[in-house]
Amino acid sequence: MALQYLDFEKPIIELDQKIEELKTFNLSGITNVDDEIKNLEAKRDKLIKDIFKNIGNWQITQLSRHPLRPYTLDYIELITENFIELHGDRLFMDDKAVVGGFCFIKDSSGGYRQRVLIVGHQKGRNTKDKMCRNFGMPHPEGYRKAQRLFKLAEKYSIPIVTLIDTPGAYPGLGAEERGQSEAIAKTIYTLLDVKVPVLSIIIGEGGSGGALAFGVGNKVLMLEYSVYSVISPEGCASILYKDVSKTEEASNSLKLTAKDLYGLKVIDGIIPEPLGGAHKNKVLASDNIRKAIIENLGYLKKYDGETLRNDRIRKFTEY
Amino acid sequence: MLLFKSKNGKKEQGKLAIPEGLWIKCPSCSEIIYKKELERNLEVCPKCNYHFRINADRRIDIIFDEGSFKRLFEDIMPQDLLDFTDTKKYKDRLKEDSKKTGLTDAVISGEGTIDKIRVAATLFDFNFMGGSMGRVVGEKIAKTFEYAIQKKLPVIIFSSSGGARMQEGIFSLMQMAKTVAFVSEFKKVSLPYISVVTDPTTGGVSASFASLGDVIIAEPKALIGFAGPRVIEKTIHQSLPEGFQRSEYLLEHGMIDMIVERKDIKNTLKNLLLLLVNE
Repeated sequence: MALQYLDFEKPIIELDQKIEELKTFNLSGITNVDDEIKNLEAKRDKLIKDIFKNIGNWQITQLSRHPLRPYTLDYIELITENFIELHGDRLFMDDKAVVGGFCFIKDSSGGYRQRVLIVGHQKGRNTKDKMCRNFGMPHPEGYRKAQRLFKLAEKYSIPIVTLIDTPGAYPGLGAEERGQSEAIAKTIYTLLDVKVPVLSIIIGEGGSGGALAFGVGNKVLMLEYSVYSVISPEGCASILYKDVSKTEEASNSLKLTAKDLYGLKVIDGIIPEPLGGAHKNKVLASDNIRKAIIENLGYLKKYDGETLRNDRIRKFTEY
Repeated sequence: MLLFKSKNGKKEQGKLAIPEGLWIKCPSCSEIIYKKELERNLEVCPKCNYHFRINADRRIDIIFDEGSFKRLFEDIMPQDLLDFTDTKKYKDRLKEDSKKTGLTDAVISGEGTIDKIRVAATLFDFNFMGGSMGRVVGEKIAKTFEYAIQKKLPVIIFSSSGGARMQEGIFSLMQMAKTVAFVSEFKKVSLPYISVVTDPTTGGVSASFASLGDVIIAEPKALIGFAGPRVIEKTIHQSLPEGFQRSEYLLEHGMIDMIVERKDIKNTLKNLLLLLVNE
């Protein structure tokens, strides 16, 4: 897979290329350059650390949308067993911008296996896939499928984990015709009301109402380089600043990063990402998410359904 | 005698100036209406039935029994938690709109009677930052439900809003969750929550409490939807059908219960309350 770099990552390219060259050279077996590779890798990692120490909100927004960033199904593949995807809202169609199903969360200790319902937004990787997933922008059917699954989870007393990664709910003709507003409102209502633990994790883009619909968990966590906002920086720049060149400024004003929102007490925790972002090491990123799920559900499971429902109501009435 | 004056006081060339004085032009049918007559007709065009947008105070006059409406929760004041500045400081916008409307934020909440039936209500005022929902709006709606639970009253919310207040960032988004949480709490008491949607009701308001009424009533031809029509046009690169996202379109697609003209809303609310409130 071709490596893709964001603007601010450009200084890393040269070192990455050198390392690649040396690795190819090494394969030929003529001279041993292992030490040099190690040196360069250390140098590169330090450079990445330095760059990431100082990245701003706009760079983090770009990372949250990185074309190689792991999506919901990537995490599901890495952290679950026996995932069985369920489809359709039983009313109109199956929205592929939302995926959901029951599974076990892998537990390295080999002991008790945690059953969960995972529901998340799903983006596509290549052009065809992106179209099929509608760029992770659900129609009402996606939200209604989610409601159906939330209710099923409640029926079986299975905890719910939502993975949030959407630019927003789809602004289209059919979506409006079939009640996008009602679908989002009812999803918030349903997820607040279910009598099981709910854990919401923002893994990429948390775009407005389309994200909030899955975001009313007892605990709300964000991956280190994800964002969560009422409007995209581009939208904010165009509507409020009346100047699209003010996107970076808007991203600062909106306080949309995990660090910002943890500081504002809007989220409960930050899940660390590997050096350079989740896409640099999917396995490690997944494992951090897996641990966060085990830890938080372990805590939430101590409470009965009614208490959990009231806890969510209380939590969201405090803002 | 100057009968027609444009809004900014300057004569506009080539088109009919919009009068500010005694006469007003209907934006829908261009009829020139005598202002007093428009008032008598509840700000509805006598020729084409276009419902002009009205402020919260005027709606209180129209809906509630005379002198019955008591404002509540007036001490909740807006805060600029994010220290937000776009082309203007958010603090300055608040001051300006407060001066313009005489309100502290975009809603009035309180208790009043409709044909002697007591109700708790919140009414949006579109003139205050486009009726946008920030923490004050969310809190007043929350308090309205809370008050109604305590006093065992039905709730009516009259919406007119562009959606979430972007200047309050994530906190405005959280008001969607907050208001929905109170709709959920309100089901404890078996009393009606009626949502009246007026022109326009979009975005975070439409996608939260406003779409969750036990009964949803719309004024004629009100724009109601999640995304604004311009955003949709830009996204799908095609023009939208006539009447798209208007009340009549929503009724046809099963999204609202009824369309009621302004002159009939009070009576409709009364009849609904008589049926749904168990004494």
